[in-house]
Amino acid sequence: MPVEQIADGRKVWQKRNRREQLTHWASWFAGVAVFVYCWQQISESTTWFFVWDAPRIAGDILTRATPPKWFYINELWEPIWDTLNIATLGTLLALCLAVPTAFLAARNTTPSTMIIRPIALLIIVSTRSINSLIWALLLIAIIGPGVFAGVLAIAIRSIGFCAKLLYEAIEEIDQKQVEAITATGASRWQVMAYGIVPQIMPAFAGVAVFRWDINIRESTVLGLVGAGGIGLQLSASLNVLAWPQVSLILIVILLAVILSEWVSAKVRGAII
Amino acid sequence: MHWAPPVSFPCPSERKENALLLSLKSLTKTYRTGDKALVSVSLDIPKGQVVALIGPSGAGKSTLIRCINRLVEPTEGQVLLDSVDITELSSSGLRRERRRMGMIFQEYALVERLTVMENVLSGRLGYVGFWRSFLRKYPQSDVDEAFRLLDRVGLLAMADKRADELSGGQRQRVGICRALIQNPSLLLVDEPTASLDPKTSRQIMRLICELCEERGLAAIINIHDVALAQMFVQRVIGLQSGSVRFDGPPTALTPDVLTEIYGEEDWQATIRKDDEEDAEAAVA
Ligand SMILES: Nc1ncnc2c1ncn2[C@@H]1O[C@H](COP(=O)(O)OP(=O)(O)O)[C@@H](O)[C@H]1O
Ligand SMILES: [Mg+2]
Repeated sequence: MPVEQIADGRKVWQKRNRREQLTHWASWFAGVAVFVYCWQQISESTTWFFVWDAPRIAGDILTRATPPKWFYINELWEPIWDTLNIATLGTLLALCLAVPTAFLAARNTTPSTMIIRPIALLIIVSTRSINSLIWALLLIAIIGPGVFAGVLAIAIRSIGFCAKLLYEAIEEIDQKQVEAITATGASRWQVMAYGIVPQIMPAFAGVAVFRWDINIRESTVLGLVGAGGIGLQLSASLNVLAWPQVSLILIVILLAVILSEWVSAKVRGAII
Repeated sequence: MHWAPPVSFPCPSERKENALLLSLKSLTKTYRTGDKALVSVSLDIPKGQVVALIGPSGAGKSTLIRCINRLVEPTEGQVLLDSVDITELSSSGLRRERRRMGMIFQEYALVERLTVMENVLSGRLGYVGFWRSFLRKYPQSDVDEAFRLLDRVGLLAMADKRADELSGGQRQRVGICRALIQNPSLLLVDEPTASLDPKTSRQIMRLICELCEERGLAAIINIHDVALAQMFVQRVIGLQSGSVRFDGPPTALTPDVLTEIYGEEDWQATIRKDDEEDAEAAVA
């Protein structure tokens, strides 16, 4: 107890009593001990020569990579276009699948909480928890390399994310508006179209541009495993150590990301 | 208790229609939490009669009107609307009967992100198919009626505004239009004025009663404000702990009756006197 009575009747107050103080110190001690131990383990399995050498190598690569090979841009237009398409089509496909999933998962719209809702939640969790690169590897094994595999990988990866945010929005709607529409004698679908959809439109638009923004970034790396887009050029250039090309590609990716960031900020601003 | 026709009131029904519209038979509602919100309530409401339902909060007023259109499923008893038992209906039958019961809510319950016109037209959802309503292709007669109603409540200029741009009183007027465009025989009104200032409250109550009068509608109006209820209705029902404790004309609301419904208080100031009423009528 922080407040203690001492002999002369005054009260003293301390943040922790003696036992709490001891555990506090003991946990700090244990924490430091674990840190030191882990550091030793890491140190043993690291070739320190490479680490000490790293700044020199990095500097070396930087000099080789500058200036970027500007005219290589002519070979990049198509991959850039592919990358944008993968992100955009993937997001659209994901939204088409995420909307019904969200309605099935939301507690106030699901037709059955016992069977259908858990299935919808399972879809959400499983698609969300696997990285799009891994989806791409799987899909390439199934449908072969190319842009289509990229679109599907992005779409599958995004379903869970979009559906989760959407179903949370559905669960937070104002139920009174739904009741008012129900009371007019509207059918189930009309209640959905009039009572629920207008309320979740801002969330829907926000989720769509947010996910599109993320997918632009994700689709730039899909090419590394052969799923189309600018990543393909990146891995090819890395393999032949063509550093000036690599630096140009990185600049292009940076610009694309900034652009998507700007667009989604504008759109979100317009909605709210 | 028996209801005697009132002698004269500001919002009386001149019609002598005593045909029965709504009849509740031992209506009981026990919520899953165990709350006995209604205990065997029986009531008869003739066509065209405006009834105020008063009672302390938690008395079961909202539950009562929600059981009538089955937004809340009654546990026991019957709701007969023109001798059709609402409690027995399948979901499509229930939708058909709901068209005949317009509902008006305390916090308006407009779809905030839709326009005033869309909100009014949503009262026709029970009559038009899904795709027509989805594409906003309502029959011209519905649109004409919507404009007529908006004009009647003084909101014609607001038709294209979004509902969340309106003031409380304006929103409630839109709510009234939405209920009336259903072409109902009965209005279920849940505390229409609880979120409004005193002046707007009176205007809204007057509007509801005038419209009921014009269209020969019956209405059940839940209301906190006893004086406001007395000003406008022909019959008052007092609810307490889920059962009816008073049923009679507004003039019969004595301090004793109010004590029975609400508990011990000095009720003298709450009850309207006739001379006051005349003075107000003159001002209005
Ligand atoms: N959805 C609900 N679930 C459980 N109990 C409820 C629910 N709605 C109302 N009640 C209970 O039923 C009683 C009557 O409530 P209500 O009809 O809202 O009264 P009023 O409208 O007169 O204030 C209250 O005791 C309330 O706690
Ligand atoms: Mg209530």
